[in-house]
Amino acid sequence: MSSQHILPRRTYFLVFLALEVLTVVTALVASIDLGAANTVVALCIAVTKSTLVVLFFMHVKYSSKMTKLTVILGVFWLMILLGMTMTDYVSRLWSTVR
Amino acid sequence: MSHSAGHAPGSAVAELDNHLEMQFDDAEQQKETSSFGMWVFLVTEVMFFGGLFMAYLVYRSQYPQAFAIGSSQLNFKLGTANTVVLIFSSLTMALAVRAAQLGQKKALVWLLIATMILGAAFLGFKGIEYHEHILEGHVPGANFRYDTPGVSFAVAKEVVLFNILYFCMTGLHAFHMIVGLGLMLWLVIKAQKGAFTPAYNTPVELIGLYWHFVDLVWIYLYPLLYLIDRYHK
Repeated sequence: MSSQHILPRRTYFLVFLALEVLTVVTALVASIDLGAANTVVALCIAVTKSTLVVLFFMHVKYSSKMTKLTVILGVFWLMILLGMTMTDYVSRLWSTVR
Repeated sequence: MSHSAGHAPGSAVAELDNHLEMQFDDAEQQKETSSFGMWVFLVTEVMFFGGLFMAYLVYRSQYPQAFAIGSSQLNFKLGTANTVVLIFSSLTMALAVRAAQLGQKKALVWLLIATMILGAAFLGFKGIEYHEHILEGHVPGANFRYDTPGVSFAVAKEVVLFNILYFCMTGLHAFHMIVGLGLMLWLVIKAQKGAFTPAYNTPVELIGLYWHFVDLVWIYLYPLLYLIDRYHK
């Protein structure tokens, strides 16, 4: 419950550095042909970046359990939206490919 | 959370300094409630943008070729530069929140102004991009160019879908940034008057959360819009 947790300046600079390095990495990897893996790699980097932002810039690592639960629920609900809709669209293609 | 001690009658002035509303036991509980409210709002924002990401996912899976063409027509350099700029603004915002927590008024004001300048720079770059899209006929509507070399009319019609999503997603994102800049202007004015102290800095923290959320959305928009099949180029 330490909402007044004050992080050292170094932590913010390190997270910032990691975010910018990952931005350059994702831009460079995009120019290499990895086939379908390009999108997977780009999204993995995006997930890593957003996790860093949520945990440190948004202080969730140091927030209450209720805040952590709210964040997890937000992601979970988004996954329901994306996941369940895509099961429909992906399985529709199965009947036309045949 | 609630201590039985309560507040001495004479501490009314101290309570005003902490902006403590009567329904809360203490400043800590009040702050936790505000923070929770902001997070619930941000979750609704996730669902707000989520609808657009959902539409993107459906249409990209249906028309992968058109999305790759649409993506290749975007300004990769400006998009990447904007990603760097926006992450930088998240750093200055995080440091601004830290300055507010420590009661460093001067640092708070300057870090907020730095964040606003970086946010404005992002919007400026975005404006340049939009201007290019208008000139190149990439805006969906009557002036959309269907005769791009090497792209058939049928595929060009699918590229329109990518561009509609591009403008909706970046437009909604830019709108959130404009709102964020307005909120920060308010913070700067309040901070200048010395409204934020180590005991009370909730508005800075919550608007900070909002700004980082805007950054989060862009972290996903950048690879999804700018980086599709770039190795073909």
